[in-house]
Amino acid sequence: MSAIPSGKSSPERPGLEAIAVKGWLRANKWLFLRRLSQLGILALFLLGPWAGIWIVKGNLSSSLTLKTLPLTDPYVLLQSLAAGHFPYRTALIGAAIVAAFYFLVGGRVYCSWVCPVNLISDAAAWARRRLGLKSGHAPDANTRYWLLAGTLIAAGATGSLAWEWVNPVSILHRGLFFGFGLGGFVLLGVFLYDLLLAPRGWCGHVCPMGAFYSLLGRFALLRVSAARRNDCNDCMDCFRVCPEPQVIRPALKQVGQQSPIIDTGNCTLCGRCADVCSKNVFQITHRFNQRSES
Amino acid sequence: MNSIAGAAGAGCLMALGVGLYARQASALPSQALRPPGARGEAQFLSACIRCGLCVRDCPYNTLKLATLGSSVATGTPYFEARAIPCEMCDDIPCVKACPTGALDRELSDISKARMGLAVLTDHETCLNFLGLRCDVCYRVCPVIDKAITLEIVHNPRSDRHAMLLPTVHSDYCTGCGKCEKSCVLPVAAIKVYPIKLAKGKLPEHYRKGWEEKAKAGGSLIGDQIKLPVRGLEETAP
Ligand code: SF4
Ligand code: SF4
Ligand code: SF4
Ligand code: SF4
Ligand code: SF4
Repeated sequence: MSAIPSGKSSPERPGLEAIAVKGWLRANKWLFLRRLSQLGILALFLLGPWAGIWIVKGNLSSSLTLKTLPLTDPYVLLQSLAAGHFPYRTALIGAAIVAAFYFLVGGRVYCSWVCPVNLISDAAAWARRRLGLKSGHAPDANTRYWLLAGTLIAAGATGSLAWEWVNPVSILHRGLFFGFGLGGFVLLGVFLYDLLLAPRGWCGHVCPMGAFYSLLGRFALLRVSAARRNDCNDCMDCFRVCPEPQVIRPALKQVGQQSPIIDTGNCTLCGRCADVCSKNVFQITHRFNQRSES
Repeated sequence: MNSIAGAAGAGCLMALGVGLYARQASALPSQALRPPGARGEAQFLSACIRCGLCVRDCPYNTLKLATLGSSVATGTPYFEARAIPCEMCDDIPCVKACPTGALDRELSDISKARMGLAVLTDHETCLNFLGLRCDVCYRVCPVIDKAITLEIVHNPRSDRHAMLLPTVHSDYCTGCGKCEKSCVLPVAAIKVYPIKLAKGKLPEHYRKGWEEKAKAGGSLIGDQIKLPVRGLEETAP
């Protein structure tokens, strides 16, 4: 690792300045916590099949924790409803609990703190930055909403959970405990798509599951605030690491809004912007905290 | 405007592709059986959210979730009789585990399950059809003497022995697959198929005379004239 020229940022390695100023630990705090959460959840599910300790059974589509708590993915259940099946109460309660949680906390918290595919798309984004790849371009960010509608229509038209045939999220999570089959190719496809064809393509532009959760979290309580935006020195590191870079500008640069709150369902609350900012511009707070300091 | 159209186009195209794939792949292959209580295949595919809770609660590891590329709908539970058959648990834990009702909790008596139907497919290799007494499929059947019986028929080859033919009765066969699993041949002569594949169907208007007669407690067209049997008077005792 080379010495870090302070006050300079490198497009390949955003966050160097933050490390220099805040120290490695504080410059990776949220990333570390997030990986802990993602891997911890995977570990809970894996304890059963690998070690015979059954705290959680099932997978992210539906699970049973400690033999009592049912949790069901509301998007998957919505597909089932669209396909024309009215499920048992267990699944409905499970979906209500999950939906209520993300409605309050923030829909796409699912994406950066739970979804295992995030590990793949983050890896692709990291590799793309480090390799300095500029190839390809991502489809319109609204593609995901059309696809979301499309998956529900496809469910209705085929009378089956059509998207679940290929949904990388389900394939990855289910595959770890029940076997992948050819599903591995879908995941490789997501990685290569993000790496070579479309920067932040899958999670940021295509995934209908992420689209669903972004709608669910539209009015959630937790929000990122660019509270010390006046300290911003335009190093651009936050834009480079953010999986949804378009969400930052309105709050940071006061484009079309006064409030420092990043008030959109598409911020994943990953906290990476807060990590890499050497000026501590960003903080994770609640939506009513309108203070902007300095 | 252009970008919206592009997004809509890309989104719809992908959804269409997936929909078509789902359509095409939604026929259950002949050797895959659904767990007990599974609703009809069409309804099952709309109900099952592919969580694997039924798989987890099966004490015999009978059930598996299909993976992408296998011919069963990705992520849905099934079993192959020749690999691990269903042991017909009294308490049916797989059905209890299902959160969605893809497995119907109305099924409380496992002998009412209809996972498939056993068919003695190969009359040329079944040892009992060769005139031997293997009987294994008959003996292992949990619904022995109802779902499967041995029917005695004359053995035309030796002309002096009997053949005891394993015969499956759809009123009682649960499709558990124990018979297929235990057939002693390298490839089973008796196999369990999804009912849709295994079962024929009579036209709606067909009536079986002997059944109608039994129901009515006598002939429906009154007594019939007894005609004399001509030409056989000599041989009659
Ligand atoms: S956008 Fe989709 S794949 Fe990406 S993290 Fe969110 S749910 Fe997972
Ligand atoms: S704005 Fe910050 S917290 Fe939100 S997605 Fe971007 S980097 Fe993550
Ligand atoms: S009845 Fe028992 S053996 Fe058969 S599939 Fe269900 S849990 Fe498994
Ligand atoms: S428990 Fe029900 S919903 Fe889950 S995989 Fe089995 S049949 Fe499908
Ligand atoms: S599948 Fe075979 S063993 Fe099972 S009930 Fe039917 S005849 Fe008996």
